[in-house]
Amino acid sequence: MSKLQNLLKGIIKENPVLVLVLGTCPTLATTTSVLNALGMGVAATAVLICSNIAISALRKVIPDKVRIPCYIVLIAGFVTIIEMLMHAFVPDLYESLGVFLSLIVVNCIILGRAEMYASKNGVVDSAIDAVGMGIGFTLALFLMASIREILGAGTFLGFAIPWLVDNPILIFGMAPGGFFVFGCLIALVNKISKKKNNKEFGCHNCPSAYLCGKKDENPCATVGEGDDK
Amino acid sequence: MKGLIIILMTSVLVNNYVLVRFLGICPFLGVSKKLNQAFGMGVAVTFVMLMATAATYPIYSYLLEPNGLGYMRTIVFILVIAALVQLVEIILKKYIPALHASLGIYLPLITTNCAVLGVTINNINDGYNFLESMVSSVGCGLGFLLAMVLFAGVRSRLEEADPPAAFRGLPITLVSASIVALSFMGFSGLVNGLFGA
Repeated sequence: MSKLQNLLKGIIKENPVLVLVLGTCPTLATTTSVLNALGMGVAATAVLICSNIAISALRKVIPDKVRIPCYIVLIAGFVTIIEMLMHAFVPDLYESLGVFLSLIVVNCIILGRAEMYASKNGVVDSAIDAVGMGIGFTLALFLMASIREILGAGTFLGFAIPWLVDNPILIFGMAPGGFFVFGCLIALVNKISKKKNNKEFGCHNCPSAYLCGKKDENPCATVGEGDDK
Repeated sequence: MKGLIIILMTSVLVNNYVLVRFLGICPFLGVSKKLNQAFGMGVAVTFVMLMATAATYPIYSYLLEPNGLGYMRTIVFILVIAALVQLVEIILKKYIPALHASLGIYLPLITTNCAVLGVTINNINDGYNFLESMVSSVGCGLGFLLAMVLFAGVRSRLEEADPPAAFRGLPITLVSASIVALSFMGFSGLVNGLFGA
């Protein structure tokens, strides 16, 4: 796979949000406004790039048996750094993202890329993979936030849109609107890709799937094919 | 006492973790296909939330905060939760095998569950004391359990539905989650109405 393909796969073919359906919590929670979504996207991308580089560089040092705790510590460290930087330089965004900034630690996308990609590939490839996945995550969040902010508040990035601003459909900015827009977007992706992409939400993408030792009894194993291992 | 009841009501119904605050969506969508699995997962999450709060609250207020290490909480909390989940699993396996057989398979899934980390961090952010934190954790867990069980019921009906091809599977599940979330918006004035807070 060429470097360009490696970069592009995260944006379209393996888009972490709309195709792999990872990181659903921040996707739903931070897309009430475009600014929040972009902030979340950039913060998660920064953590993803740092963690992929670090994990890929340390992949021969980290013992296989304790790799997940090691990854989590590394990721949590980077999240703390990003959190402190955002607190210092963009306090408004820090306030509005709130707890979801800390929760980047348990974002499936980051641990998933660490487990599936960075632990098996070189530093440069891992960095490119992280950039692609990060851009894919940010774009998906941006798309969803645009729909929700334009319909739900009648604004885009805070600028009022004529007519819509007087007739906002408030529900799009609230919790039910989040689920609804997300469902419709995934349906749209299914329609466009025309693939048999109707697979249920399962553990095949979940980084903690391997932790469930008893695969046969695992509630998710009936759905997914199990992880890559 | 009134304060505790308000916290409980708020965290179960008004600010339901799954349907209003969007935490723990992965297990909500992944393990809600069958009622007994949804129930098991909900009970396990409630249990771990309670244990995690009991462990992280003293660590934060007696160890991190007095030493000016408040910023370390994300790292410390996730490690404490991960260790705790493993420990609980080992203890259950050794001493209460019956419980382990029914809840054990859900425990590892909870380590990287954002609802558990979220509840410990939110308790600190909201400035709760120890008792209030515990009540809030139980409430959040029960709210999660309620959402899981309700949604499992909705999904069993969904199995028989025939949506358009593109909507089959996850999309229609999300759209029905949206309707369940809509129903929870009805609780939004509950606390003010009941307690005039």
